[in-house]
Parts: sequence; C-alpha cells; structure tokens
Amino acid sequence: MDRGEVLSILERHDGNRSGLIPILEDIQARYNHLPAEALTVLAEETDRSLTDIYGVATFYKSFSLKPRGKHLCSVCTGTACHVRGAPIITEEFERRLETNAGDTTPDKEFTLETVNCLGACALGPIVVVDGHYFSDVNSAGVKRIIKKTRAGLDKVQVKADRRIFPVSVNCSRCNHSLMDPEHPVDEAPSIRVTASFGRKHGWMRLSSLYGSHNLECEYEIPADTVVHVFCPHCHAELKGASDCPDCGAPMISMIVRGGGIVQVCTRRGCKGHMLDLNGGGF
Amino acid sequence: MITLTINGLEATVDEGTTVLEAARFLGLPIPTLCHMEGLSPYGACRLCVVEIGEGPKAKIVSSCTYPAQDGLRVRTSSARVVRARKMVLELLLASCPQSKTIQDLASFHNVRQQRFRQEHDDCILCGLCVRMCEEQMMAKAIGFRGRGQTRSIGTPFDVRSEACRLCGGCMYVCPACQLRCTYTEPDKAVCGGCANLSPPCVDIESFDDMMCYMSPCVACETAAH
Repeated sequence: MDRGEVLSILERHDGNRSGLIPILEDIQARYNHLPAEALTVLAEETDRSLTDIYGVATFYKSFSLKPRGKHLCSVCTGTACHVRGAPIITEEFERRLETNAGDTTPDKEFTLETVNCLGACALGPIVVVDGHYFSDVNSAGVKRIIKKTRAGLDKVQVKADRRIFPVSVNCSRCNHSLMDPEHPVDEAPSIRVTASFGRKHGWMRLSSLYGSHNLECEYEIPADTVVHVFCPHCHAELKGASDCPDCGAPMISMIVRGGGIVQVCTRRGCKGHMLDLNGGGF
Repeated sequence: MITLTINGLEATVDEGTTVLEAARFLGLPIPTLCHMEGLSPYGACRLCVVEIGEGPKAKIVSSCTYPAQDGLRVRTSSARVVRARKMVLELLLASCPQSKTIQDLASFHNVRQQRFRQEHDDCILCGLCVRMCEEQMMAKAIGFRGRGQTRSIGTPFDVRSEACRLCGGCMYVCPACQLRCTYTEPDKAVCGGCANLSPPCVDIESFDDMMCYMSPCVACETAAH
C-alpha cells in the first residue's frame, strides 16, 4: 500500500471530502479491497474518526476488508434463484474453485460470494462475474463460466457483435496509410503507430475495429497513463481537435478512408472514442 | 412553551423537550435502558415506549426520541404499552439473561419467564458506550460495525485504538457487560485498570490516581485467593 496513491485518490475528491462512500469505492477499485493502512490514511487526511470509516466499510456488503481475487463471482441466492437451483450452483462453484462462498481461491483468481437478489429474477438462476451477467445457469454451465472468465471476459466477441466494424485510417498529417495487415489484432489489419509515455517509446498496434479496445504495445502501458501517439511515417503527433468527453484527456485523430475522421482517447483504459464520417471538421 | 397531556395530567414544557423528559418532570416513571442524561437520545432499547393519539390513530412511539407537541395526548402505562414493554423485556432477557440491570427491570415489570431462545450475548447494541465514548469522552474509539446479525460494537479492526484512553467509561454505562474484566486480554482492553500494575492490583492503596470502574476488582480478588 502506497500512501501517495491514497492521497492522490483523495485529491480527486478534494471538492467533496464529505462523500465518504465514493472515496472508499475508489480505494477499493484501486486495491480490490480496503487495506487497513488506506483507511488509517483516509481518517488522518479527512479528519474523520477511523471508527466511523470502519463502520461504513463494514456496513456495506460491496466493501471488502479482505483482499479479493481478480474476478468477483457472485451467485444470486434470492428466492427465485433459490427455487431454481442456486444452492446447487453455489455448491458446484465451491467444488470447482475449491473454495467456500465468501472466500478467495488461493491463487487469488476468483472470489466467490453469494448475493441475495440481483433484481432479475425472471432470468434466474443468475451468476455475475466481473459485471457480466449469466442467466439460466445450470450446474453444467458453471464450468463454462469459469473457463470463459479465465480466458478473459472483456475480450470482444468480434464476429458476434454487429455494432463492431472495421475502419481503415490514414495519418491526418502526411496521409500515409497506418494499416498493418501483417500483424492483425482482432483478426483484422491493425493500426500501427508509435507511442511514447514516460521514457518509453515504441510501436503500438490498435485494433482497427471500431468499438474494440484491444491493442498491443512494445511496452506494457500502465492504466490511466496518457500516451503520446505519433505517425510512424512523418513522425508528427496525431493530435486531435478535442478532449475526451469521458475523461478529459487529449484525443488523437486519424483520417478514415472514404471520408471522415475517427478520434480515440489517449488515456489507457478509457474507452472514449468518436467517429465523424461526414465532416473532416478539425 | 408547549402544553401536552400525559396520563390526563397537563404539563407545560419548553420547546424541544422530549415526551420522556416531560413525563419525568411530572414524576411519572418510564423505564429506560439506553437513555442517559448528558447523552443524545438514541431510541434503541424501546423500553420507554408510550402510546400517543386517540382511538384507531393511537400509536406506540419511543418517548426518549419523540418531541413534545402542543395538545399531544400521551399514555405511559396503558394496557397496550405494558404489553409492548413486557415483550421488549422478554426479548432483552433472551439475548442477555445474565445482565443484572435487565433482570431487575424484568422482575420489576413482572416478567417471570421468557419464551425465546436463550442467546447469552454480552451486548444488546443499545449504543450507550458508543455515545459515552463520543459525546462525553470525546474519543470515538469504539463504534458500531457490520450490520444485521453480525452488527457489533468495538474498535476498528479489533485492535486497541489509539483514541482510547482506557477510561473505562463504556463499561461504566453498559447495562449488559458490567462485569467483564478485560485484564485477561490486555491487547483488546478498553480499561487500563489493573493491567497497568504489576503484579496486578497488589498494594492498590499506593496508587492514589488509579481509576477502576470495578471496585472491588475481579482480578485482584482472583489474585488474592
């Protein structure tokens, strides 16, 4: 636990230090649980008593003081799910993950918990893994859910999702094509650019599918980092005209072949992007 | 000034007075457990219930948190109130049968037996100690934790709090755990008492400023024999 990190979370809430729950949510989002040291720092910095903070943290079920696994797996055991066999599913999860409900697997991959109702009783029994809902689960489906989660739930199902389509783009400065058919991402030609952040400078390949956020990079980009993106041909920075509507970071813009521009947020982890097929309006 | 009627007697009290205070002003006995002068009212124990209103609109409220209103008609010992109070006492007795305070109250109100499963808890979550710690001792070392069945009172993370000055005030006000000496668990202690002395409590006369809420002390008695 790093004191500075907690302070920076607090700084983001500087305008509203009275809101304890949003701060706790952010700390939990960062560490996946609420470390005791973080709560102590929070108490010191916001002049709250640790007793009050601890009271709130233990009151709400969504806060956890114990470290949790990478994937949070919630099995609904509400009345409707219960009569449709939620106890069997819970047992099956316990057996397959070799842990008890409420606990985390020793490899810190899964945390299994039961929740009382998710409010979607008609779809029961329901299992939620990392915000992905699985309905009508039976004990055979448990294995599939675990397998899917291990493979990565956020991987976009390119072929199944009709909202996702490929775009071909050029550099907005030198109009060279940025497409790289030799190194596909998402089984489609990637967009090759040069990225720099911190002191690192290397290639980056973005998925050319509009709606997919998959990318490859020579260096691992830490979450929340704002990356500078350059054209590999003319070395000009691909600066966009506007800031990201979601997070406020600058966006990069590229020309779409056939007219229009596409803008993508430069913050790692932010999914802000815009496609303007009519204008070339800078 | 507000005029209200309690058991047919008229009382004129200041604004902001609670029904409980008004009734006590008239000398009417209302049993309480979680109420203490100098601490904010909390309404946890429900022993102080009274009936207000008339006819079908009559309802049971906790008098320690109900502010006196002009023209309010209060009955402090109607059959309904007595029944409710007895039920509360039965429930309290079921959760903390060993508490002398609750036993005395139950016997005073003619509760001779209780129908519920015996729990043997050492806390009725009345919050007296929490309010004592916060409002009188200005420490806020203990507080409520968790909710529902797992709700409990204690220090954060169950370790000795730096805010705690071992004044023992929480145990002094507690109606349930009065005889719990924490000498055996010094790292969780909320009372410094005898644990500060070595050997414990010997030559207690030589410690003029020693404060122990428990006198005579259980630990010294055990050590002596």
